[in-house]
Amino acid sequence: MSRMKPEEEYKRTKAFHFFRWLSGEKDPYIGNMEMKPQKEYIEEEASIQDRMRESQMVMDKVYNLKYNRWQIFFRYFYRIMAVVFCILLLGLLLFTVSYLPPTGNASNPDNNEVAKRYIEKGMQETGAVNIVTGMILTYRAFDTFGETNVLFIATCCVMIMLMIEDAESKKEEVLDDMRFEPKNDAILQATAMFLVPVIFIFGIYIILNGHLSPGGGFSGGATIGAGMILYASAFGFEKTQRFFNENIYKITKVTALCMYGLIGIYYYVTGANGIENHIPLGIPGHIVSAGIIFPINICVGIEVACTMYAFYALFRRGGL
Amino acid sequence: MSGQMEFVQNFPCFSIMLCMFAGIISSAFKEKIARMLNVAVLVLNIILSAAVLAFTVRTGEAYVYVMGRFPAPWGNELRVGMLETGLAFFFCVIMLLCLLGGRHKLVQEVEEGKQGLYYVLADLMLSSLLALIYTNDLFTAYVFVEINTISACGLIMIRQNGRTIEAAVRYMIMSLLGSGLFLVGICMLYDLTGHLLMSNIKIEITRIVAEGAYRPPLLVTIAIISVGLAIKSALFPFHAWLPDAYGYSTVSSAAILSSLVSKGYIFLLFKIIYRVIGFEVFHDSKIVNVLFIFGLMGMVFGSLSAIKENDVRRMIAFSSVAQVGYIYMGVGMGTQAGMVASVFHVISHVATKSLLFISAIGLTDVSGGSRKFIELTGSGYRNKCAGVAFSVGSLSMVGVPLFSGFISKLLFSQAAVQNTGKMLPTLIVLGISTILNAIYFMKTVIRIYTPMDDKGYPTVPWYHNKIYAAVLFCFILLNVLLGVCSQPIVNLIESGLSIFA
Repeated sequence: MSRMKPEEEYKRTKAFHFFRWLSGEKDPYIGNMEMKPQKEYIEEEASIQDRMRESQMVMDKVYNLKYNRWQIFFRYFYRIMAVVFCILLLGLLLFTVSYLPPTGNASNPDNNEVAKRYIEKGMQETGAVNIVTGMILTYRAFDTFGETNVLFIATCCVMIMLMIEDAESKKEEVLDDMRFEPKNDAILQATAMFLVPVIFIFGIYIILNGHLSPGGGFSGGATIGAGMILYASAFGFEKTQRFFNENIYKITKVTALCMYGLIGIYYYVTGANGIENHIPLGIPGHIVSAGIIFPINICVGIEVACTMYAFYALFRRGGL
Repeated sequence: MSGQMEFVQNFPCFSIMLCMFAGIISSAFKEKIARMLNVAVLVLNIILSAAVLAFTVRTGEAYVYVMGRFPAPWGNELRVGMLETGLAFFFCVIMLLCLLGGRHKLVQEVEEGKQGLYYVLADLMLSSLLALIYTNDLFTAYVFVEINTISACGLIMIRQNGRTIEAAVRYMIMSLLGSGLFLVGICMLYDLTGHLLMSNIKIEITRIVAEGAYRPPLLVTIAIISVGLAIKSALFPFHAWLPDAYGYSTVSSAAILSSLVSKGYIFLLFKIIYRVIGFEVFHDSKIVNVLFIFGLMGMVFGSLSAIKENDVRRMIAFSSVAQVGYIYMGVGMGTQAGMVASVFHVISHVATKSLLFISAIGLTDVSGGSRKFIELTGSGYRNKCAGVAFSVGSLSMVGVPLFSGFISKLLFSQAAVQNTGKMLPTLIVLGISTILNAIYFMKTVIRIYTPMDDKGYPTVPWYHNKIYAAVLFCFILLNVLLGVCSQPIVNLIESGLSIFA
């Protein structure tokens, strides 16, 4: 094979690289892509001794296990009783279930006018093709507002537990996170590049179609949250913070919940007072239809996505 | 629904939603705005509840408020009567006083950036309490029980040290067990009756009982729901989470948890007895007797543990076990008079226990922060205000006339005398428990008024913390009011219970 280019220049072309890879002379992944195995954690002998001595001291000083026969007996008794109690409770519940009406029987008490109206008139009264969404967001809107607030308060509690306020330890935590978590993993990043947009779009689809097909705010929000977690673990928190930092988190979450609350209170008060509803139901099956369900689904979706991501970030490094 | 609604009738819905909005909005702001929002919402809620209370007393009947476009078995609804609004009003007042009285400790004990979150938790806690009071739907009740549980965990662990984290974990495990049992109970009730609305369940249950069908599952359901709520409200054998949770959390949390949170669950149990299962059916099941015995045991053993305690906060916490025992004893008597006494004791205990927690903190503050009795010697002279308040609370707990505790004990004994079967045990244990109460509370009062050599602890005059002094004054006033003018309140409870079902 005659070469038009000199050797030096040829070595820089794509063709050379390609043929070299084809012939197996050099694998481009070797030396670039491998995961370095984590250094095995070896605990020092002294610290093991220390820990054992401490737990022994607690046992001796607090429970006085060496001399307190009664305490030792109680410990065994407690364990046995715990198992016995669980088995008894299990037995009791199974015994009770055997007396309950059989599943799927047409004459069961729960096949009554409540379920009948949900199924037969659900679409007509709520405008939602998906009667489950119609039921939880229209008939039982108050319950679902409470349920969304459960997520909100759970994030608040995790914040109390794990949020790091002190600037010094915040810096330390960020450093720890950079040291121990994998970074710039090419496979993960390439996969995330493809998957994250798809996941986001799929999540948005689930939310927007909540009243038409299976899905809704809770499941769609969880999907978007998972996409954000994937993005954060592939590209790190610095890049995530460009579009989702603590301020944006607060603004979106508060806006979504307040919107939901306002729609909710409008709905409850007009409903209770017999005032005409001004939110049109639309034509069932259309994307913009089903009255309050459509905006509420969006609000719930935002709140759930924020919650999912906040849990991940708080557990990983104590901040958003 | 008949005719046009009056505007006042919207207020229960408004007050629940207001608390939620306050909680949501204050999560975005710093501590100061959150605090002001919280106070504003509490004051507004007091006004709203007072208006609804006046309305229900005027009409003399309960009304149903449909939450949304669809009436009851399909949608959610609230049911508002005198008892509900009265308790809502009272809970809001106590919550405001607890938060104001413990504010100075909150600033010291909670990390700077997290104080705002405390008010978020408090707002949502209040919303869940109000929803538990007003709701007429079992599943709504469960949703708000969840909010209540999670925010209670937050209130315990916001003061972060080892003991509170341990207490919060313990509280969470026990409380989730309670919630789980309650949820299983709801599922079974739904399976048996096909409804979640309280009134409809009762109709179905009456039918089932008349037919004699499903006897074992109904009994197990009643038992599971009662035990679940008993765990959450710290009835005697299930009280293991209580002393740490009340003893080590910051003082407002301890006051709110002991006075309001456990009472929310107790009120839910009252509601289930009257409105879901039916008083007769509940009485005919043997569960009342179990609750009665647990109540009696709690009255004695809670007091005994309190006597052994060397830490004043934990002593007050153990006293809660005894007082919850009183309430369950009233339920367990299975008579109308017993229930009235129980409801009155709920109110009396709410007023007194929060007073004790708030005033105890004033005493420990002037004793170098120590809660040991030896250090508390003479602290009643160093902080006169807290000393007087603590004495009033103790006297009320023991049941001295003029204070609220006396009236509830009087009502309990009257109820016992009317009940032939349970008269003797009730009266005997009531007597024993009163003596035990007197032992540990009077021991503390004597201790704080024993003069001692100067140890260099500071003397705090009342004007150093005017809000604290004002809160204590309000609490004392409330206690005396409940003790002196109890008849209108008892009448209100009686008429409220008569339209409760």
